Amino acid sequence: MIKLESVSRVYRRSRTSAFGPRAEVHALRDVSFEIEQGRRFGIVGESGSGKSTLVRLIAGLDQPTAGTVTFDGQRVNGRSERQLSFLRRDLQVVFQDPMGSLDPRMRVRDIIAEPLVAQRIPGQEGRVAELLEAVGLTADAGRRFPHQFSGGQRQRISLARALAPKPRVLVADEPVSALDVSVRAQILNLLADLVDQFALTLVFVSHDLSVVRHVCDTVAVLRAGELVEIGDVERVYRSPEHPYTRQLVQAIPTLRGALSGVTAEDLIRP
Amino acid sequence: MLKVDGLNIAAGELPLVSDVSFTVAGGERVGLIGESGSGKSLTASAVFGLLSDDVSAAGSVRLEGVDENLVGASENLLSSLRGSRLAMVFQEPMTALNPSMRIVDQVAEARLIHRTVGDRAAAHRDALRLLEQVRLRDVAELGRAYPHQLSGGQRQRVLLAIALANDPDVLICDEPTTALDVTVQAQLLDLIVKGAKERTAALLFITHDLAVVATVCERVLVMYGGRIVESGPVAEVLTAPEHRYTKGLLDASDLETVDEGGRLHAIAGAVPAAGKFPSGCVFRNRCPRADEQCEVSPPWFGEPAHGHACWHPVGGDA
Repeated sequence: MIKLESVSRVYRRSRTSAFGPRAEVHALRDVSFEIEQGRRFGIVGESGSGKSTLVRLIAGLDQPTAGTVTFDGQRVNGRSERQLSFLRRDLQVVFQDPMGSLDPRMRVRDIIAEPLVAQRIPGQEGRVAELLEAVGLTADAGRRFPHQFSGGQRQRISLARALAPKPRVLVADEPVSALDVSVRAQILNLLADLVDQFALTLVFVSHDLSVVRHVCDTVAVLRAGELVEIGDVERVYRSPEHPYTRQLVQAIPTLRGALSGVTAEDLIRP
Repeated sequence: MLKVDGLNIAAGELPLVSDVSFTVAGGERVGLIGESGSGKSLTASAVFGLLSDDVSAAGSVRLEGVDENLVGASENLLSSLRGSRLAMVFQEPMTALNPSMRIVDQVAEARLIHRTVGDRAAAHRDALRLLEQVRLRDVAELGRAYPHQLSGGQRQRVLLAIALANDPDVLICDEPTTALDVTVQAQLLDLIVKGAKERTAALLFITHDLAVVATVCERVLVMYGGRIVESGPVAEVLTAPEHRYTKGLLDASDLETVDEGGRLHAIAGAVPAAGKFPSGCVFRNRCPRADEQCEVSPPWFGEPAHGHACWHPVGGDA
């Protein structure tokens, strides 16, 4: 479904001296993997790992410096926006901070209908009502504005908007990181329901391997722009092969671990 | 060391924190858990004497060795305690640090301002030592940097160094690791526990993460709707919760246990806005066991340091 071949992305820092070379930041180095249709694919990494760059490349929002990104056999990079209409319909993204990605001046029904308007898909009114129901919001939510909703409800709104054009792939970039525990569980459940109901391929990006383990079947671990490990999520979590993955798994505090005597010192013990 | 008794905080008529009481002994590590809007940060601000002018506090906050109640105490008294006997690490280090002052000077200032040391050179030496203690590398060079040149984890270490500068008796940490990567979080948690232990400080650790609280603390206070709904030793409260909210929180954060459909056990509904909590038991509009009895505020069942405020505790099901 989505294929990355030797993808690299180098950013150039702005000049700090008039004569010195511009510093280069290797956000991604030679990353290759494939996401098969119907997978729930997790991407795990800490800040600076390149996971956000990866999302932008997959979504055709940025160009790789080298390598190719293909979606369903069609090349994504190097195409003009007009040639990317297939991707704009078939792949949708939800971001971490729903407030930052929902226009505060638009009513919820218009926000949800926007991808339909942009792609000239008819029957908007009925579709919006359907979507509100699918994400567990009442019909009258459509008349209100984003600021009138809690963080969890706003994430429901961005999910409804993402699903409006009937995408085949949903990319969720840290969708629950800003949410409280009880709301996180609701949104993760909703996400699982929607993936089942609409037979979506899910790309789930998170810094939290334990959340990825619950949501995904496959995981790719990134560190400083490099792919260090990829495989079945349960295998990676239980017997990580790369030392960095091991360190990552060990550093996650767990209730079970703590109650059986794991201290803060144990989380970082080499 | 720290004794909070009958603390009430209100914005005009709107109650935000109601009848909160707890103690933290020297060397003890107590966790305060709850979701956003539960009143945990307000409680910390009240202890630290940092409530904004538009809210009013009543009740008492006592620090061992200080005769005066810190609630309503003069700014003079509070500012002499803050940073010396009382210290706090905030969630957002960027706003807690001075952006136009070098790191080492900010740590040194903490030593100078409370006259722990007499001269600048000694304060500077101490500052470098403190930065080393929080395991920052190349402190001589790093100390000359400004906050924006540091990573989030480094900034949080600097804040911890400042908080520990005068060997406080009470250390309050308000979600200190929430914005950090897991490996950085693990390092900071270790530093906080060690820093508090070495000084036998009373640690009040505020978080919404149950696993973090279980890793760091010995005792836990569970807050919801501005009230403490359950408290006790971590090992007991988090394995055999009594209050329905604690149980709900534990189930919702357990990513390894799912129902027949493979779904997590979520708590119904959302945390209400301030002032929108139901009368009686604050949790009753989201509680699966709520009935008419819950329209009356439940009293505290059990010991002050180990008990709950629930009419239908989980243990009563047996």
